[in-house]
Amino acid sequence: MWRGSLLGTVFFMLLGTQASGFTAYVSNEKSNTISVIDTEKFQVVKTIKVGQRPRGIELTRDGKFILVAVGDDDTIQMIDTATYEIVATLPSGPDPELFTQDPTGKILYVANEDANTVTIIDMEKRVPLGEVQVGVEPEGMGISPDGKILVNTSETTNMAHFIDTQTRQIVANVLVDSRPRFAEFKHDGSELWVSSEVGGTVSVIDPVKREVTKKVAFDIAGLRKEAIQPVGINITKDGKTGFVALGPANRVAVISGATHEVQKYLLVGQRVWHLAFTPDEKYLLTTNGVSNDVSVIDVASLKVIKTIQVGELPWGIAISQR
Amino acid sequence: MIRLLLAGAILFAWTSASAEPVEIKIGYLRGTQPKTSISLVDIPAENNGIAGAQLAISDNNTTGKFLNQRFSLEEVQLKEKDDVAEAASALAGRGVSLIIADLPAAALLKAADAPGSRDLLFFNVGAIDDRLREEDCRANVIHTAPTRSMLADALAQYLVWKQWRRWFLVSGSHAEDKLYADALRRAAKRFGARIVQEKVFEDTGGARRTDSGVVQIQRQLPVFTQGAPAYDVLVAADESEVFAAYLPYRTWDPRPVAGSAGLIPTSWDASHDQWGAVQMQERFMKLFSRPMSARDMQAWSAARMIGESASRTRSNDVKAMLNFLKGPDFALAAFKGQRLTLRDWNLQLRQPILLTDGRTVVSVSPQEGFQHQFSELDTLGLDRPESKCRLK
Repeated sequence: MWRGSLLGTVFFMLLGTQASGFTAYVSNEKSNTISVIDTEKFQVVKTIKVGQRPRGIELTRDGKFILVAVGDDDTIQMIDTATYEIVATLPSGPDPELFTQDPTGKILYVANEDANTVTIIDMEKRVPLGEVQVGVEPEGMGISPDGKILVNTSETTNMAHFIDTQTRQIVANVLVDSRPRFAEFKHDGSELWVSSEVGGTVSVIDPVKREVTKKVAFDIAGLRKEAIQPVGINITKDGKTGFVALGPANRVAVISGATHEVQKYLLVGQRVWHLAFTPDEKYLLTTNGVSNDVSVIDVASLKVIKTIQVGELPWGIAISQR
Repeated sequence: MIRLLLAGAILFAWTSASAEPVEIKIGYLRGTQPKTSISLVDIPAENNGIAGAQLAISDNNTTGKFLNQRFSLEEVQLKEKDDVAEAASALAGRGVSLIIADLPAAALLKAADAPGSRDLLFFNVGAIDDRLREEDCRANVIHTAPTRSMLADALAQYLVWKQWRRWFLVSGSHAEDKLYADALRRAAKRFGARIVQEKVFEDTGGARRTDSGVVQIQRQLPVFTQGAPAYDVLVAADESEVFAAYLPYRTWDPRPVAGSAGLIPTSWDASHDQWGAVQMQERFMKLFSRPMSARDMQAWSAARMIGESASRTRSNDVKAMLNFLKGPDFALAAFKGQRLTLRDWNLQLRQPILLTDGRTVVSVSPQEGFQHQFSELDTLGLDRPESKCRLK
């Protein structure tokens, strides 16, 4: 009996050291919680209570804090990843939704939907440094790998605004299709992808010329065009494959990074919204708002291998780097 | 008679100094709105409708500052004896080629048919008459207001989904009440509901509100609705605001009410909060200190369509703008969960219809399961094959 439990403990410890699992954090817009998922077991191991209407979620570059925009509380909460305690709030400006960090992790850029502004925050001092006036209903935020260009999309203005992070001035505006939601650079900075929820397309933008070079459209047999609403985008580090969440189409599109052709549609949960890779890019996790779950996609085989129940209306997702 | 309103021009601090911005002049032609309503809270605001256009102009100008385009809005408030055709011509004379019309059907047709109106583009934001999209359709009139048949179909789909298939239809005695009743009868037939009883509520005149009126209403309405065969829902057609709002809680049988009271189909409601609508509601409330109405939304949509077509075509040319709006690349984001597009055969804006009880949005039609080969939104209202419209 005693031996048995000792054996068990040793076994457990062994397992612990072998584990290469990461931790995923999912913001549940309606439950006002974050579901913490162990990506080895693919189970929810903890639920953290946060402020009202949590949506945009990221980890700080050092992995020490979860940042979550709680729109109805007009702030971004900082949660310690060691204790899961809320330790601070950031002066995000009103109704924050999505945000991004510069490559050093020292500056945070926040889209304020109600104020038509992007707020710039010093992460160390936790004070606002300024704001940039952009179009109506700013939403998507992407930053170039060198940190020099911030891209914000405005949903009613239908533009991707290129902002010089040094001067904090808009240097270009690229018109895209209706209701642009998300902006993502390729890791080498060679392309910027912007999803248009209502337009139903992804615009591929040349960041040098600042022009749309290609529009990716989606066509799914048996689905009406209106149901295809692209939102979240993730591109593999090698730039070869892009994944786009198609909202109420309940599918993730797999797009070739080279030709921009759609290669496959993966059926996931209902109203798929945002996506995140595990750091080894073995898995891609999707938040499915209407079915209250997270789908796990095996990236190599392009198969959905698991579904995890989370809170109500899961919206954003971030995964730890270790 | 003419009040000038140049919204937007003020917003214009930072257009690049290099070139003069392209001007997009929009007129807002409005008739007198009836102030009659049963409920005090339903009395339309003085700026009902035009407020939506003003918000959209400011949205357009935020976009316009990046594209060197400037949008302005000129309001023309007609009085009873004013000639609407003359007013349209006068606007055209001042370089306005895009007119948002908040007018009854007859006045709208008069304006659209006036000499010199051929090169103008009208946006109907007020008249829900099907005939304006059917036998009386015009190639220079776009409709952002839904039709009666779209509203009736949206309601019918939900009632049928809910399995409330037996209807008691009570309609008013005015012409528009009869048109709404017609649309409801058509919807019932189309979606498999059955009207088990019909009754007309005669408008005998008199004031909507009296200090002791409620006592009589409490006694009249149960008796009026007494003796109906078994039914699931009472459907009221009362655009004239004579009786429908009195029906809920006063029917002889305990039954829900829908149509002109109770569960109401509409293009917008101040309680709508899905699909980013909260942002819209908040922006509107901030500017005008009141909730946003369906008329406001219809006018907002019209002015935003102008903004979209101007930014996509990079021009203020009316023909180019109309072609863009009719084409496959146009999509209006209007907080309805999907893109709004134009029916190219009659220039009606396709749109989901909200069903509201006045406190919350109960549902949004089209309902699941009502299929269509082209767009499920075309299950609402008269569809292309049945259309009598021939655009010239």
